Amino acid sequence: MTTTVTKARDAVPGRPRTPRGGRRGSVLGSTGLYLAVGVAALLFLVPFYVLIRNAFATDPEITGEEWTFFPTDIQWGNITEPFEDTTVDFGQSMVNSLVVGVLHTVGTLLVCSLAGYGLARIPYRHADKVFYGVLFTLMVPTAVTFVPGFVLVSSLGWIDSYRGLIIPGLFSGFTCFLFRQYFLGFPKELEEAARVDGLGYWGAYWRVVVPNSLNFFAAIATITFINGWNSFLWPLVIGQDPSAWTVQVALSSYMTNQTVNYHLIFMATAISLLPLLLVFLFLQRWLVQGIAQTGIKG
Amino acid sequence: MSTTTELDSAPSAPAKASPARPRRGLRGSGTFNFWLFTGPFLVGLLIFVYVPIGWSIWLSFFEARFTVTPSTFVGFDNYRFMLENDNFTGALGTFTVFAAIIVPTTWALSLGLALLVNRLRFMRAFFRSVFFLPTACSYVAASLIWKMSLFNGVRFGLANTVIGWFGVENVAWLANPDPPWYWLVIVSARLWLQSGFYMILFLAALQNIPDELYEAAALDGAKPGWQTFRYITLPQLRATSTAVILLLLIAAYQAFDEFFNLLSKTTWGRPPLVELYYTALGDNQDYGAGSAGAVILTLLIILVTLFQGRIMGFGRGEESK
Repeated sequence: MTTTVTKARDAVPGRPRTPRGGRRGSVLGSTGLYLAVGVAALLFLVPFYVLIRNAFATDPEITGEEWTFFPTDIQWGNITEPFEDTTVDFGQSMVNSLVVGVLHTVGTLLVCSLAGYGLARIPYRHADKVFYGVLFTLMVPTAVTFVPGFVLVSSLGWIDSYRGLIIPGLFSGFTCFLFRQYFLGFPKELEEAARVDGLGYWGAYWRVVVPNSLNFFAAIATITFINGWNSFLWPLVIGQDPSAWTVQVALSSYMTNQTVNYHLIFMATAISLLPLLLVFLFLQRWLVQGIAQTGIKG
Repeated sequence: MSTTTELDSAPSAPAKASPARPRRGLRGSGTFNFWLFTGPFLVGLLIFVYVPIGWSIWLSFFEARFTVTPSTFVGFDNYRFMLENDNFTGALGTFTVFAAIIVPTTWALSLGLALLVNRLRFMRAFFRSVFFLPTACSYVAASLIWKMSLFNGVRFGLANTVIGWFGVENVAWLANPDPPWYWLVIVSARLWLQSGFYMILFLAALQNIPDELYEAAALDGAKPGWQTFRYITLPQLRATSTAVILLLLIAAYQAFDEFFNLLSKTTWGRPPLVELYYTALGDNQDYGAGSAGAVILTLLIILVTLFQGRIMGFGRGEESK
């Protein structure tokens, strides 16, 4: 995971803005503007176009001498082909990715939010020292520790298992840090009201703090899920046996296979993107807000 | 509210880590609650972050091939081996070239897109989504599209089709390091994947620049366009720019997915992580040398972060949220 923090004041993309383009709104200027944006947008969409085109074409159309703009007969039958392929168990890899992605997200949120709250709000003499212990781990990028991580997981016997894929990734110092920063800004009055009502820290956390922080949780959850779904190095290291491959490892194996079945691998790639495109369609608000607030990315 | 059941669900190690003495009932005690909330995370952090780091440092001083419980102490030999190893130093060189290209280009492209989108009055959300969409794509999926179709070395690759219209011969984009066309493939893939993300950061920052600054500049006779950009927009974006550059550097440093997939089975264009992967998990399974390489990389990235932090005053703004 790539991590750092941008200034919090850069946040709040959702608030109403005043368009500055209006200052010099000549017709010529705005035509040029839309032309530039349009060309850039088309270029950005080219890879998606190629992906869809190839996914629904036949191999002779893909490898033909002349570039066919779009397959004349859309091959709907291609959709099931990756699941019937005997060389790579694509269906299993999708299941693995879903299980890992969901559990990774739920676990990370649970563990890191609790710790973030404890560090932000609960008085304890040595809380500062503990916090520095967490901060230190931010300096060591997780990608660099994959060698010792692999060593540890293999000596636990967790190679090729969901445990090995999920558990080592749950304890993100950065996510914990984000939650701490968020809870520092959480209105104290709400918790105090809960305390007056006789709730302890634990009760106040679950009944008052969490229900009032769902936006933040949603933002972090979206980003965590995307990172989990797209991660490659760790699943590659842990998934030695094809039955434990995530979808990214399966896609990677298509590229080194002896026989290349173009329409099949492009269809598999398109299918692997579907869950995330759904996330994008329905959760983009939280995603954009979360990124603007935290500046994180995988 | 059953405090006891919740207690059971949390791993009980925190009690060991601190002598929590709940005198007036568990619920009110700060110490007890602190460990209740942070315990599970801290235990995990200890096992899955601190132990691997420690183990790695230990392994790096041993002759450790095919084993993770070695017995032959070799001092700094693994470090000497890695630093004198052309593959490893070459990987550091590859990273330097990569960072020198990808950091400025991504910075410029994402800032440019943000400036364009910010000026739109219609369909702003649509265009923002289009540029942001590649963020959903994994590096593996993008590598596959780039390698198998866009920059396929044969005639039916899109890039070769396009240059074919101008009568240019096919180019073997990835299969030939001379001339190093593979840089174009790798850089364009990463540009496509990450620019939209940084555009969002710049957009948020642009919207925080007060309008009064532009109005005041207009009164002072500043011409809209380059002058306002140079003397108002760019300075106002300074904090975001430096943060973006640091993020880009760290991301480039950890590049693995696209190099591994685009350049599999080649010996050129290996960044540090790919090199480590082959050292530690390749045919030799040399965990000692691999660990030494990981330690060297970690030290380097800490140095770079601290250096950059010095320049940016990083960490001081920590409490601002």
